[in-house]
Amino acid sequence: MKLSLKEKSVLPGFGLSLGYTVLALSLIVLIPLSALVLRSSELGLAGFIDTLRHPRVLASFQITFLSAFKAALINVVLGVTVAWFLVRGRFPLKRLADALVDLPFALPTAVSGIALTTLFAPNGMLGSALGKLGIKVAFTPTGIMVAMIFIGLPFVIRSVQPALADLNKELEEASRSLGASRFQTLLRVVLPLLSPAILSGFTLAFSRALGEYGSVVFIAGNMPMKTEIASLLIITKLEQFDYAGAAAVAVALLSLSLLAILLINLLQARTTRYLGN
Amino acid sequence: MNNLPSKDVGALENLLLSGAALSIIGLLIVLPLGVVLKEAFAGGLKLWLESVGDPDARSAIKLTLAVTAVVVPLNVVFGVAAAWALSKFRFKGRSLLLSLVDLPFAVSPVIAGLIFILLFGRHGWMGTWLTDHHIRIVFAVPGIILATLFVTFPFVARELIPLMTEQGSEEEQAALSLGATGWQTFLKVTLPNIKWGLLYGIILCNARAMGEFGAVSVVSGHIRGETNTLPLQVEVLYNEYSFTASFACASLLAGLAIVTLILKTFVELKSGRDAA
Amino acid sequence: MSITIQKISKTFGSFQALNDVTLEVPSGGLTALLGPSGSGKTTLLRIVAGLEAADEGTGGQILFDGVPVTDDPVNRRQVGFVFQHYALFRHMTVFENIAFGLNVKPRGERLSRDEIKGRVFELLKLIQLEQLAQRYPSQLSGGQRQRVALARALAIQPKVLLLDEPFGALDAQVRSELRRWLRHLHDTIHVTSIFVTHDQEEALEVADSIVVMNKGGIEQVGAPNEVFQNPATEFVMKFLGDVNVFHGRIHNDTPIFTGELKDENGVRLLVRPHDLTVQLYPGAGISLPAQVYRVLTAGPLVKIELLNSQNNLVQVHIPHAEYQSMPVKPDQRVYLVPKESRLYGNDNARIEYVI
Repeated sequence: MKLSLKEKSVLPGFGLSLGYTVLALSLIVLIPLSALVLRSSELGLAGFIDTLRHPRVLASFQITFLSAFKAALINVVLGVTVAWFLVRGRFPLKRLADALVDLPFALPTAVSGIALTTLFAPNGMLGSALGKLGIKVAFTPTGIMVAMIFIGLPFVIRSVQPALADLNKELEEASRSLGASRFQTLLRVVLPLLSPAILSGFTLAFSRALGEYGSVVFIAGNMPMKTEIASLLIITKLEQFDYAGAAAVAVALLSLSLLAILLINLLQARTTRYLGN
Repeated sequence: MNNLPSKDVGALENLLLSGAALSIIGLLIVLPLGVVLKEAFAGGLKLWLESVGDPDARSAIKLTLAVTAVVVPLNVVFGVAAAWALSKFRFKGRSLLLSLVDLPFAVSPVIAGLIFILLFGRHGWMGTWLTDHHIRIVFAVPGIILATLFVTFPFVARELIPLMTEQGSEEEQAALSLGATGWQTFLKVTLPNIKWGLLYGIILCNARAMGEFGAVSVVSGHIRGETNTLPLQVEVLYNEYSFTASFACASLLAGLAIVTLILKTFVELKSGRDAA
Repeated sequence: MSITIQKISKTFGSFQALNDVTLEVPSGGLTALLGPSGSGKTTLLRIVAGLEAADEGTGGQILFDGVPVTDDPVNRRQVGFVFQHYALFRHMTVFENIAFGLNVKPRGERLSRDEIKGRVFELLKLIQLEQLAQRYPSQLSGGQRQRVALARALAIQPKVLLLDEPFGALDAQVRSELRRWLRHLHDTIHVTSIFVTHDQEEALEVADSIVVMNKGGIEQVGAPNEVFQNPATEFVMKFLGDVNVFHGRIHNDTPIFTGELKDENGVRLLVRPHDLTVQLYPGAGISLPAQVYRVLTAGPLVKIELLNSQNNLVQVHIPHAEYQSMPVKPDQRVYLVPKESRLYGNDNARIEYVI
């Protein structure tokens, strides 16, 4: 029997479309990305590890991952609340609120960055109010987190919203008819069913926050060891013409984010075992 | 069906829920947008017009439009080709290719810029050769186009692949069985069926292409009047403490975001109605 | 136009969908490909249309009127194909759907705008949907969509008409109406037609000729009456209606029914429920002892459920009048006498026997 790579199809254009796809993907994405990996390997393993063990690099990774993680957790709470409102709440301008949710996607990150900084600066509208309570936001790690919350919020909302809308009302009614309170129903029936969607929203928000630059860099203050995120460190190294060092930090950031996403996906596979396959 | 108010949500519960959700949307989303507009017009309309009409700002607007005009059509061609190959055929390596198409989404914008510096920068692999031949890629317009192309690469494909997979290929088979050629089938049957998805992808791709900051910031070199796109112009002015001018430029981008949201909502309504 | 299918095989991965199928479909007839799901009937239809390619290297060929068309792509084979879910172009009106095949012809062969309009309206008249020309497919009922799909296929004046489960997606009442309509339509236009179905009643009612398929091969070809009255294999007998199975073996040239046997001596007697009579005493030929389990008198026929000597359920359907003349009660011991039965060996082939 002839070994074929593709099932026969009567539709034309397979060779052309696949060829173009692979060519464009290679030129724009794959070859440049492989340059990154090869460039960082110029340092050798020892040099690579040395670069990453530098306290400033470690500090930037810590602040980036920790802020992204906290921001994604907070976004789960905020995002589920908003999604719940958008699906089940009653409000005359709900459609408008629904459309506005995507603003952080649509607003260029530099614009979000300067807007958030102005809002949360010590003399800003929210910054002065919070300052009276003794909370500083702009130019502190909290500021980084606030920017990451802003950029990640739509991911959680847009993941949870369809899952909540598809949730079979009868399941909740069954739970109530079996004597469960509304709170028990929420805790034992609704949230477990939403957990895959919540997890995927969390993952998307988390990974976006890890790589985020524009909306964070203005509000962060960019103090080495304190409020310098990994993306900014890459730029700093580039400006010092330390190409290999920049590549090493980039490879580490990229692999750590892919690893984190992989772990969360495995977790998600476990929580959805009941779906079978 | 989803719009029907659920009987389970009581009046008090609805009040609390709406209050909480609207505060989140108000504080985190509406307020930042409001600040942009407020700061942009803080010095009055005249100052806004002057800021936007400044030669550097105008050249930034032109560059942003030019880059977008190159990037969006290229991504449309790629998106349609990728979606055709990946949704209408089953072949070995298909799932690998599917995840590779999405790969740029997982790459931080700064890294997206970095990779082109590593390739084409003065100390990059092709740096010497390029300098010898007087070709500039990074710190010039081609680099901006490449970086923008990279970050917006999956937008169209990602909208079309699930849509075309779901639509299957029965209508195309029917067209072929009625005597249509491959191109006729694509133009008369496939394209009309995916037009809303395609438009949706174009809108999102366009918004990102015009607004991209991180990747472009790395490769642009920030040369005023030459390689500053509009988002970079916002940064440069802000860092010079020209807040009003910076926010004036930012307000143009905020306007773009609002137009994007309106178009997106319109396309969602329209395609939802067609599907029903 | 006659269709010749020669030595066609088709594998999907490790699954053999068709195994060396050869079939002659006479010109002008309405032929049914009948079989359970997975029997290969739809694959065979799609190969005839050119929507699927047969395995290469087996010498398989498709011929229309003796001319090989195996290498013609689907858009040049000129077959009218009606898809199971219609595959109507959702963005075109009924009119545009039907006109599609005429509009995509190369400029030289294309009819004028007015001629196309005339042709489409002729077809709309044929399917009795003239007033719905400007509707979109989503605004039509299932039966209407089916007729539009048929008109669209007929518009290109196909050499052959192929229909994949044409009534599969419709509800029972529309189904039987459309069946009659399709038969009538075929009697009007006489184009060689093949349709695929898994519903034996549909095949028996509509087709001139039935091809019974199973596991990628052909079990029997014949007129509806022939296939129903003289099923060539046990599979055909079982697929065409309810049957009672009695296991036994051949002893001195006569079958005796004692229980299931796996070896070459094992035989099975297949009797349809309406071919059994219930008697109080054994007869001269085959008489099978049984015990009445339940009697259902509601319905057009009296249904008697019995347990045979191996404790298997046996169903008997008899007219009310016959039952009135000799009623039975649960637990009563009786004998079952087949009026009409078929005997099959363990190789699935039919065995002739004399009672």
